Order: sequence, then structure tokens, then C-alpha cells
Amino acid sequence: MILQIQGVSKNFGGLQALQNVTFDLPEGQILGLIGPNGAGKTTLFNVINGVYLPSKGRIIFQGEDVTHRNTTYMAHKGLARTHQIVKPLNDMTVLENVMVGACFGREGHGLAQARKIAHEVLEFIGLSERADQLASSLNVAQKKRLEMARALASRPYLLLLDEVLAGLNPSEIDHMVDVVKRIREQGITIIMIEHVMHAIMNVSDRILVLDYGQQIAEGSPEEVSNNPKVIEAYLGDPKLAQRLMEGAE
Amino acid sequence: MNTLRNHLGLIASLVIVVLIGLGPIVSQNAASREVAFTVLRAIALASGLNILLGYTGYVSFGHIVFFGLGGYIGLYMITAQGQSLWVAMLLAGLSSAILAFLLGKSILRLRGAYFALATIGVNEAVRAFINNFEPFGGPIGMSVNFGVYQKYGGAMQALNMSFYVMLALTIVVVIMSYLVKTSKFGLGLLAIREDEDAAEVMGVPAPDSKTWAYVLSAIIPGMVGALFFFKNGSIEPAEAFPLHTSIEMIVMVMLGGQGTVLGPLLGAAGYQRLRGLLLINPLFKNIQLAVSGVVLLIVILFIPAGVVGWLRRRWPQWRRVLQ
Repeated sequence: MILQIQGVSKNFGGLQALQNVTFDLPEGQILGLIGPNGAGKTTLFNVINGVYLPSKGRIIFQGEDVTHRNTTYMAHKGLARTHQIVKPLNDMTVLENVMVGACFGREGHGLAQARKIAHEVLEFIGLSERADQLASSLNVAQKKRLEMARALASRPYLLLLDEVLAGLNPSEIDHMVDVVKRIREQGITIIMIEHVMHAIMNVSDRILVLDYGQQIAEGSPEEVSNNPKVIEAYLGDPKLAQRLMEGAE
Repeated sequence: MNTLRNHLGLIASLVIVVLIGLGPIVSQNAASREVAFTVLRAIALASGLNILLGYTGYVSFGHIVFFGLGGYIGLYMITAQGQSLWVAMLLAGLSSAILAFLLGKSILRLRGAYFALATIGVNEAVRAFINNFEPFGGPIGMSVNFGVYQKYGGAMQALNMSFYVMLALTIVVVIMSYLVKTSKFGLGLLAIREDEDAAEVMGVPAPDSKTWAYVLSAIIPGMVGALFFFKNGSIEPAEAFPLHTSIEMIVMVMLGGQGTVLGPLLGAAGYQRLRGLLLINPLFKNIQLAVSGVVLLIVILFIPAGVVGWLRRRWPQWRRVLQ
């Protein structure tokens, strides 16, 4: 197991953002995290990632208890993430943005090696032509790809993707889904939060559904999309589930 | 050749510093030497501040505290302990570094305006402390016995030597600024400046990096302080910790271009030139600080990246030189 979440809760004052979330994530899988807005998906990322400390519970990453570790430590251990609201380093070039990931991530390269890795990653993600532009000059789709490139340049073991498809047009979504699949082929484990149902049903090995901070379902995409609780809380329409599965095939 | 090309940015900056220094050496004119000394001092202070303000994105309104502290430590070593200028400068740099390290560990947790306010507090606190600290002469300060200068070949010779030492310090600070900017450490600082949270998520050890940036930005002002007050012959609290000089340093960095090696250099030289002109102008001589305020306002409103930043954007092909 690369990641074990054991009874994790997170309160913000009186608000229970996460309640007793528990799951294990085997290496090499893609876990889809879905649920209505405000269900606690991004909070779960922030807790795993060390941005927030959980109020209760334990987080085990590669056999090590990392519950109280900060986000820098997690980055060095091989955890990388993207942000739902993109956070480009605006006044730096695209290449420099990606080099930061390579320099300070798990492998901690020097500048020369980091530059090489950054070029490779930009090639992989399809941003090569923009390498020398300032990050602020990119459009939203490109900024999402930049977030991915930065995360990948750190050569993580586990990658947390927070709505990388949101706001993209259909062809950009196809491109991104393809990238996600190719990342998995490199042996990187992925947890992704997504609202674009046909994409996440298609790409995930397993799905976890959160609603008001509670885990209401977990299983294969088929199981989850036929689960009455999920339909009621999130999908809304029983027929939709069926259509989603057909679309995925 | 290739390595030279890669360091064009450094070479351009060094050429400017050397040219400023060369003027009085060639002309052997004492008045122009004093002007050049003031310009070099401004460059050294602004370049030091730039490591924190320009690279790391933390505005320090009290950076002059390191200059003043360095001056006091330096003069104390020279007058009370009978040490040489070299030992005094070294200890001045070291004590500034230690103060910055301790401050870094405590107030660099604050962000934005809160940090800026805290730095003003630190400057005022150190000034108040020294005002009441008898070994440093309290409110009267300290002065150098003229005999001290004999060691350096008399007072005239000491003035001359101070100029060369200032030139050397300025060259060191420009090289340091360039090395920081082009290093992995510097890349981390730039990432912190752009988005500290994102930088931490990518693994930049922000608290440590910020502290070291603060330390590096404090060492040279400390050493400059020791040299300046050695040359000045005396020190007193109001002279050592002038808050308005802190603000002038910020104006220089912003005017030239924060976050570049060349920017603080051009900003400091340009600002000193402007200040010199204003001071001899009957209309402006009493309100020259107001003019610098207006300059800062204009820069922030219209060219927030400063002169060098604006040039870089205008002519991207010159970026290699305009580091």
C-alpha cells in the first residue's frame, strides 16, 4: 500500500469537513474522488499533503506515519499535487516553474539536471513551445498543464490531481485524460478529484465518493455509479449512471 | 567565450560599478571621490536589500538597522577594543548576520504588511536600546580618536583607503547578488516570492530559505556600516538608524528594478544623482524626501518592475545582459 488513510477527521470550528475517512490505496492505481461541492475532497488532499493537520486519525505514506508532517516534507518524500485554483509562479518562465519542481521535489536535482528534466516533462505534457514564456501569459488550459508538469518534474510516487479537467473544452479534456493514463503507465499512483464524470469513470480503477465529509461509497466505477446512495447524493439521475458507463466504454 | 556569454549580466553590472569607482581614481579629486563613495554605499545597501525585497518578496522597512548595528559594533571594536578596521568590519558583518538570523526565525513567519511593520519595530527597538546602552555611549554615541587613523597612514590616507574598501565591498555584493540569483537557492527564493504556499507544496523549504536570504541581505549593510562610521569618525543613534534611509533604499530598488542584479545598481546610482541635484536646488532642497516619495509612487503605478524590468520586457533579446 502506498497510502493508508485511517479514520481521518478534520473540523474547521463547528464544521466537520471530513468524518472518519478510511481507505487504502495500492501502488499504481488511479483512485477517483468524487462528490458534490463542499464534500471535503480538496480538504482531504490538503490533509494528505500536510497543508492541514487532521483533527483525528492517521496517514501512512509508504509505511511511514506522516500524520504530522508538513507539506515540504511530503514533497521530499515523493508526494506531488496540482491545485484546483491554479497557482503559477507568474513572473517566472514556464521552464523555471517546472525546474522548481525538479530542484526541490523528491530527487532534489541541481539546476543543470533540473533544466533537462523540465524540458523532458514539458515535451511530455505538450508545453515545449511555451518554455521561455512567462507563466502569467498562459491560458487556463495551459496553466493546468503547467501545474501537472511541475508536479511531474518532482518525480513523485503519488500524485494528487485536483480538478485538472475543470474548465477545459472537450478536446483539451481528451488530451488531459490521455496524459493521466500515460502518467499511470510510468508507475505513478494517482488520486484525482473530478466533476467530469465520463472522464473519471473511464480513467479510474476505483472511485471513492464523499458527501458532507463522509465516505458514502467506494468501489469500481460500475459499483459506484449504480449505488443508490451515490445517485441520490450526487449523480441525481439513475439513468445518468447507465449512460456514463456506456460512454466510458 | 561561452562561459563569458553566460555571465554577461554579471559582467555588465561589474563594469558599471568599476566605472563609477574609476572616475575619482583617475581624476584624484577628493570631492568626486566623496560623491562616488556615497553612490557606491547606496548601491551596496540597495543590492543587499534586493536579496530580501527583490528575490524573496519580503519588504523590509527597517533594513537600515543592520547598517547602524554594524556601525556601532565596528566603532566599538575600533575605539574601545583597539581592533583594526578589518576585524571591526568582519565582526560588524557577523553581528548583523546573527541579528538577521534571529529575526528571521521569529518575524519571517509574518507575511506582507505584518512583516514590514515588524521590521520598523525592530529598527526602532534597536535604536532605543542603543540610546540607553552606556558601553556604546548612549545618546551621545562614540567618536574615533584621530590617532587611530595613523595606523592607516594618516587621516587623508584613511579616507582614500575607505573609498577603495567601499569599491571592493560593492563588487562583492554585486557578485553575491548574482550568485544568489542564478543558484538553486535563488530559484527557491523566486518561487517563494511568486507564491509561498505553492513553493512549499513543491518542496521549497520556505522558512529556512527566507532566513538565509535575510542573513545574506544583512551582512553587507553591516560591513558598510562599520566602514562608513570609521570614515565618518563618529556615530550617534539618530545617524545610525535613520528610518528614512530605509525607505530611500526601497525607492532605489523599486526604481531600478526589484529582483534583478542590475536594477538596484542603476536605481541607487540614479537616485543618488537625483538627490544630489535636488539638494543644491533652492526650491527642492528641503523637500527632497517628498520628491523620493513621488518617485516611488510613479514607479509603483507605472513601471512596477522598475527600469530594468521594463527594459527586459521591452527588449527581450537583451535579457542576458539585463539580469
